[in-house]
Amino acid sequence: MGTLFTVAKREFSGYFATPIAAIFLIIFLAVSAAFTFFVGYFLERGNADLQVFFNFHPWLYLFFAPALSMRLWAEERRQGTIELFLTLPIPLWAAVLGKFLAAWLFLGVALILTFPMWVTVNILGQPDNGVILASYLASFLMAGGYLAIGSCLSAATKNQVIAFVLTVTVAFVFTAGGAGFLTNLISEFVGKSVLDAIAEISVLPHFNQIVKGVIALKDLAYFVALILAWLLGAMAVIDYKKAG
Amino acid sequence: MTDMIVADQLVKDFGEKRAVDQVSLTVKRGEVLGFLGPNGAGKSTTMKMLTGFLKPTSGQASIAGHDVSTASMAARKVLGYLPEGAPLYPDMTPWSLLHFCAEVRNVPSELRRRRVIESIERTNLQSVVMQSIDTLSKGFKRRVGLAQALLHDPEVLILDEPTDGLDPNQKHEVRELIREIAPDKAIIISTHILEEVDAICSRAVIIADGRVIADGAPSQLAEQSPLFNAISVVLSTDKVQQARSILEALDDVQEVRVQSLAGGLAKLTVVPAASRLILNPVISTLGEAKLEAISIRPEASALEDLFRQLTVSPDKQEAA
Repeated sequence: MGTLFTVAKREFSGYFATPIAAIFLIIFLAVSAAFTFFVGYFLERGNADLQVFFNFHPWLYLFFAPALSMRLWAEERRQGTIELFLTLPIPLWAAVLGKFLAAWLFLGVALILTFPMWVTVNILGQPDNGVILASYLASFLMAGGYLAIGSCLSAATKNQVIAFVLTVTVAFVFTAGGAGFLTNLISEFVGKSVLDAIAEISVLPHFNQIVKGVIALKDLAYFVALILAWLLGAMAVIDYKKAG
Repeated sequence: MTDMIVADQLVKDFGEKRAVDQVSLTVKRGEVLGFLGPNGAGKSTTMKMLTGFLKPTSGQASIAGHDVSTASMAARKVLGYLPEGAPLYPDMTPWSLLHFCAEVRNVPSELRRRRVIESIERTNLQSVVMQSIDTLSKGFKRRVGLAQALLHDPEVLILDEPTDGLDPNQKHEVRELIREIAPDKAIIISTHILEEVDAICSRAVIIADGRVIADGAPSQLAEQSPLFNAISVVLSTDKVQQARSILEALDDVQEVRVQSLAGGLAKLTVVPAASRLILNPVISTLGEAKLEAISIRPEASALEDLFRQLTVSPDKQEAA
């Protein structure tokens, strides 16, 4: 447990050693606000909720999460530090989980910094703060899912750009699999059971449920399973790469 | 004495290419093994397998009795490793990196500071501890890598080219350091500086094309070279022909090699028959012939000569 914390701490402070953290946070906040106000017509809708703000999150994370996760392992491989890292007495699970938690926590910080949205909506009206809290939880869990995908794919290459592109692609499949336009398109070709299966592994339906304020065990379990599966995948990839 | 480092028939294939072929070696406590070989011979790959970073295609490795693949954590705890090129996190400072390693290695928090300071002092990093590793010179980076490997006072050290990139003074310091800590540790260092092997290693293993081709004490290996006990004589070029013929006439001399040097000088390498001692006959013969030499001394490059003989493939030797 101690090493898990040590790894996460080193990794997390690594974000702040360069201007990357500040740049990331500024762009994340600017883009999420811009989407909400200019694309989602947050003010014009006249509803005292953060629905439009959260609706953009799956698409926002599609790019922001891979940008964070791409360096997790690819950079270690490129710099050769992976050889130092993996020969220290750190259990593999702690190495993988520690790096993931650092990235997740960092996105958590970005998410918390969107609190002015929450303040705004509370000034303008009387929103259901329970639903907003649930939405933040859903958003955070979804971020974790994307980052776990990114961890695994970052472990597979020493090229951060490749890690980024692969992660965006896989994350897109996981997101869009449940999106209306795509299901409509493929419903022409496949049966309902296949559609249901795709929707089941897709992020969106689970995300949408929690955003509505319905926190069901099934949806929470989905995100936990998604994260664990991809982190186990990351461990398998790292172990496989040891075989050269 | 127990075998602290064991490689048992290690084989590593990268695709079609066999990088390491049946390498077996053992290192006991108190031994410093010098791992020699040309670039690409498989030194680093062997070391990576010993540390558990790479899985061997076949064969086993163990550190202090712990199999590196099945008891990897136990093996890593007693191991200090300097990887090839001393990779380090560029955005950290030596201070924060060493603290990170100490924490990961479970050094109790009250001892941590002292251990970190000790290893900083041992590797002379005091002047740069708070500078980001990014900005350090190659020599300093190498020493941070060493500090990291020595931090927990490990029983086993595997150092891949510990003196690469250091200036002569720093090389000397690192060698002294290794000599100092050697008695109660088992150490493998890879190098292609042969004088280093003479200076600090109790044993040398030469590998080429992934195979061990020589294993023994450096002096034993040197004996295998025809240049063992050879004498080198430097004199001016006009005296070379005469000196050569009278030296070749000596009973104990097998051959005399000539190499021209700058400044109108030439070097004769007088190779003895059957490693006999020929220093005195050479001196007296030249003296009787009134051939003034600039220097006469034992040839020091026997190990280097053996290394070249063993590791340069025959076709390349002909070309050279």
